Amino acid sequence: MNFTLKIWRQKDAKSKGAFETYKVENISADTSFLEMLDILNNNLIHEGKEPVAFDHDCREGICGMCSLHINGHAHGPSQGATTCQIYMRKFKDGDTITIEPWRSAAFPVIKDLVVNRSAYDQILQAGGFISVRTNSVPDANAIPIPKADADESMDAAACIGCGACAATCKNGSAMLFVAARVSSLAKLPQGRVEGARRAKAMVAKMDELGFGNCTNTGACQAECPKQISIAHIARLNREFLSAKFED
Amino acid sequence: MSCFLSNSSLGKKLVMSVTGCFLVLFILFHMSMNVTAIISPEGYNMICEFLGANWYALAGTVVLALGVVIHFIYAIILTLNNYRARGSQRYAVTVQEPGVAWASKNMLVLGVIVLLGMALHLYNFWAKMQLVEIMGGHTNSLGLAVTDGAALIAYTFSQWYYVVLYLIWFAALWFHLTHGVWSMFQTVGWANDTWYPRLKCIANIVATIVFLGFAAVVLVYFFCPCIAGAC
Repeated sequence: MNFTLKIWRQKDAKSKGAFETYKVENISADTSFLEMLDILNNNLIHEGKEPVAFDHDCREGICGMCSLHINGHAHGPSQGATTCQIYMRKFKDGDTITIEPWRSAAFPVIKDLVVNRSAYDQILQAGGFISVRTNSVPDANAIPIPKADADESMDAAACIGCGACAATCKNGSAMLFVAARVSSLAKLPQGRVEGARRAKAMVAKMDELGFGNCTNTGACQAECPKQISIAHIARLNREFLSAKFED
Repeated sequence: MSCFLSNSSLGKKLVMSVTGCFLVLFILFHMSMNVTAIISPEGYNMICEFLGANWYALAGTVVLALGVVIHFIYAIILTLNNYRARGSQRYAVTVQEPGVAWASKNMLVLGVIVLLGMALHLYNFWAKMQLVEIMGGHTNSLGLAVTDGAALIAYTFSQWYYVVLYLIWFAALWFHLTHGVWSMFQTVGWANDTWYPRLKCIANIVATIVFLGFAAVVLVYFFCPCIAGAC
């Protein structure tokens, strides 16, 4: 398969970027999207040109590092999949593919397709944890947890913090990410104890870092590679408002 | 707690939700009142007389105006924040995400159309009824009694361009409500995956009832002007 790639190139955070067009040829349909970019980079290196910088790590959809905006979709054309889980058979031979970095004020571009997502780390540090002594692993059945609660908690915990939600949201809102963290811990007895403090601290940090306000469009859940529901945003709203009214 | 309604994103959204809920309830009340004008113009004029410029109507008007102003000011503040948060560099390629309603992404534009329609409505009706009464008058610039709402409706909607403008206004309100009504439940946290289809269905029903109720009065008075005894 042959493709024309329009890729955002930007030397560094301070430089002005622009799209550059490249051709890749004889790509197998079973090549992953990131492998296709590896092939492109190999070609560029052989031509003595600067390879395209892009984030990646596990390449199995669990680390949250890959972060490309492909043909208008965060993580490309497949629903419920990360960029590294996209294969070139998803595209048609001869397609032009536009590849952009996440666009959000809180995720500045570092180089080419790589953005700085440390804002999410800062939100997590504000309260996305439980305060316990980390000794030996506790007995899994010491505290019975209803199956429905455990399921909801695990659904929220599937968030990999890739940033697709804020990158997709027309408001640059990080609500789905924050909601997933708050919800996954709020549904478990160990996390429930600090629920109020956590919701207030994480929302305050989210606001401080310049993320936008959720207007309930649902675009984040449509593009989330882990298909996390906006029902978790409703829970975050409940947690935050009840915590504030109890103050 | 004292200031989270103004300095926190979720607090500001709560204000949007509560004022939005108040405005939806008012619109339903106003629509019910208007429908009376079709069933009985005399009955409608009795309502106009009952409300008039009495203290309870004036208090209601002030609270209502406050609701509109707060809802709109917060919408502007939130939208400006969101614009900044989105950043100056936008995507070259954008698509409509699956399952995302058009109205949900255009609430401010729809809100501005609703506000412009409201300004026209205040000029057409409020300025010729309650305002005249507040100023101590009993007849408006058209020579109609301030309590003769049915005649004013008949006069206004005898002009086709007002019919068109009002229908555009109601259509914008319909779109605004289809998102706004379910969204206010989401904002206060009263929603989940089971209830989303139900809440969206309720929102569509409320928006459609409001549209049909208001539009019916405009169309009936345009096509059957004799209903108010004007001929």
